[in-house]
Amino acid sequence: MKAPLLRLDGLTKRFPGVVANEDVSLDVVRGQIHALLGENGAGKSTLVKMIYGIMRPDAGEMRFEGKPYAPANPAEARARGIGIVFQHFSLFDAMTVTDNIALGLPVTQCGPDLSYRIGKLSTSYGLTIDPARIVGTLSVGERQRVEIIRCLLQVPRLLIMDEPTSVLTPLEVDMLFATLRRLSFEGCAVLYISHKLEEISALCGSATILRGGRVIATCDPRRETARSLAEMMIGTTLAPTSPLVAQEGPVCLAVNQLSLPSDMPFGVDLDDVAFDVRRGEILGLAGVAGNGQSELMDALTGERMAAVAEAITLDDTAIGHLGPVERRKLGMAFVPEERLGHAAVPDLSLTDNTLLAAAAGDGLIWRGWVRKRKARHFAERIVATFDVRTTGPQQSARALSGGNLQKFIVGREILLDPAVLIVAQPTWGVDAGATAAIHQALLDLAAKGCAIVVISQDLDELFALATRIAVIAQGRLSQPAPTASLTIEAIGQAMGGGTTAAPVKREPVDA
Amino acid sequence: MDLAIDILIGVMAAATPLVFAAIGEIVVEKAGVLNLGVEGMMIVGAIAAFAASIATGSPTIGVLAALMAGVLMALLFGILTLTLLSNQVATGLALTMFGLGLSSLVGQSYTGMAAAPFPRLDIAGLSTLPVIGRLLFARDALFYLSLALVAATAYGLTRTRAGLVLRAIGENHDAAHAIGYRVVAYRYLAVLFGGACAGLGGAYLSLVQTPFWVEKMTAGRGWIALALVVFAAWRPERALAGAYLFGGISVLQLHTQAVGFRVDAQILAMIPYLVTILVLVLMSADRTRLKFSAPACLGKPFFAAA
Repeated sequence: MKAPLLRLDGLTKRFPGVVANEDVSLDVVRGQIHALLGENGAGKSTLVKMIYGIMRPDAGEMRFEGKPYAPANPAEARARGIGIVFQHFSLFDAMTVTDNIALGLPVTQCGPDLSYRIGKLSTSYGLTIDPARIVGTLSVGERQRVEIIRCLLQVPRLLIMDEPTSVLTPLEVDMLFATLRRLSFEGCAVLYISHKLEEISALCGSATILRGGRVIATCDPRRETARSLAEMMIGTTLAPTSPLVAQEGPVCLAVNQLSLPSDMPFGVDLDDVAFDVRRGEILGLAGVAGNGQSELMDALTGERMAAVAEAITLDDTAIGHLGPVERRKLGMAFVPEERLGHAAVPDLSLTDNTLLAAAAGDGLIWRGWVRKRKARHFAERIVATFDVRTTGPQQSARALSGGNLQKFIVGREILLDPAVLIVAQPTWGVDAGATAAIHQALLDLAAKGCAIVVISQDLDELFALATRIAVIAQGRLSQPAPTASLTIEAIGQAMGGGTTAAPVKREPVDA
Repeated sequence: MDLAIDILIGVMAAATPLVFAAIGEIVVEKAGVLNLGVEGMMIVGAIAAFAASIATGSPTIGVLAALMAGVLMALLFGILTLTLLSNQVATGLALTMFGLGLSSLVGQSYTGMAAAPFPRLDIAGLSTLPVIGRLLFARDALFYLSLALVAATAYGLTRTRAGLVLRAIGENHDAAHAIGYRVVAYRYLAVLFGGACAGLGGAYLSLVQTPFWVEKMTAGRGWIALALVVFAAWRPERALAGAYLFGGISVLQLHTQAVGFRVDAQILAMIPYLVTILVLVLMSADRTRLKFSAPACLGKPFFAAA
């Protein structure tokens, strides 16, 4: 047994009303890829923040390379040889790759040769990047490379990766794993945080599982199955979702020759998008973030109008020129990607949030007057039906955890009994238990004859849900194909983005 | 010829307070803070400069007093918005109203008095050059300082480590915090710098440009400076050009009257704002460009939740 590189001993961190970490101990060995597993709210982020010097533990101690380690700030952690790649990148969109990297390095390493060193390091690790590019024009995979290069320039002994693959294509995941394995071979330890269990079995040599802020188990993930890991994570057994039996209903929603220039900086224009969805069917739209999904979502919800009304039809009625409220009145329902601020108003109560979306469809408003009691009952029904953990419908949306709020939002739309449901990233950042519940709810809704469109980056999710899958890349949509005829590898190829062979082409924004 | 030079000197005098105030606000906004209290900080600087130079007879002490007054006003703004996390827009507006009121109160007994003439500082060997000498090298120290400040700010923001960090904080304060930069400390420094600059702008107004005290003598120059920041797309060198343009318009107003060419003064006074609105419309017509120049975190409160 080698001496541990990083040893955590009895770390405890309390917040008002919550114990985020309680008596957490773990060892990371030199050159090892060590997984930190847990659901949302299990305390992974807090633990990482303490290791990286963003927070200080209330009790317990850390040792790094055998010496006491109590970083007062991230700079000290970096100086000791710890690097981190956050899930939400700490990058600055309007600045160049070089500037971004310089911001994460000590001044002494930011000489005029920095661009050259970035180029050299990126070539040697196969992390191709142009140091002069503006970060806002990069794909997500490329941004992650910027973060990794920033860490590697400081020759870390421990690299922390916080949910690194949630935004990557399968090919990019393979490239990332190759890089991590090489680092591990060179003696750099990796603390790998994830709740994607398959990849942990494939990559990691040991795993620590957190639940409710405590260490539940330490195990060798290569000897566990994804299911056994998941059950340790959530503490109960998982009911398998029952697959959807495809039904041949009539075409409900059809999109034809939909082209729409993006109105966002760094956005992607929609180019001649076409698909149709039948009743009782779930159509999956795969793609790496930033390939036109947000633009397509806006066009489908009516937040942006199509140039031609006939570009979008619902039961043969042209709806391309209708706004979101009119579309909802016609029986459409939407779950946008962003939970707080788009799908729900953060500071309004669950009742009010129900009212905002459901008013058009469910008679919660009568001649301009709000029917408070009816709205509250509706919110209570969502909470009960979808097992939303909340203190009640008067609680503000912001106060719910991500997974619970997502269940609430998906539940709200489903209980409206829509003819068409458009869902973007239904389980992004949602833990395993809530994911299973949301998936089952979508499958049940489709079985009742609803036409569903799921936009997702998570291929496992699409393969579990969709009857047909199409790929969106560079604002273009491929021909949907039956899921059974597809493989994850083929879809990954079509998603394309981020590979060295076929870099994501983007229009220069500041030309 | 002499008339032309006189007019140009008048333009420069009118522009210099705008240069100070706009440069200060550019730094503040680049750090992601929106301080709408420029007018208030300027007027407090103006009365502080005037009162101190009357009391001591020293314009230098007057300028230093203005600088301190601007810093104190900015400190008040910083404590309210950065530490107590109050709304930046509302606090900035309040700061302007507070400054106008405070300066009127302090200035009551100074109304109608004249300040000692501000000393001219000739640059040896250059001030005697024809035309250029009088225009550029036979002026007051604050004028030279304003030009140096533009150059230093332009260099500092784009070429130094501190400037890089400051821009990063204005661009994405959460990321900057996660990397380990002291967001609030940087913002305090930027806000105080902005206050000092606004104070200097006020001092120029009451000591050099019109060396006597008139209540509310800033007359909206703080707002023009704020408009200038957007007009200049947060670039110091463009702010300099913009300040001379807007300063020129205000001087033009006087001279058109002198030669009997009748344009209503009110119309000329509107021009800077109309031009700014026009520029804003042109910039926002292309949303990708606007995003590029405006700091992404402008006006957003930062709270280190982590």
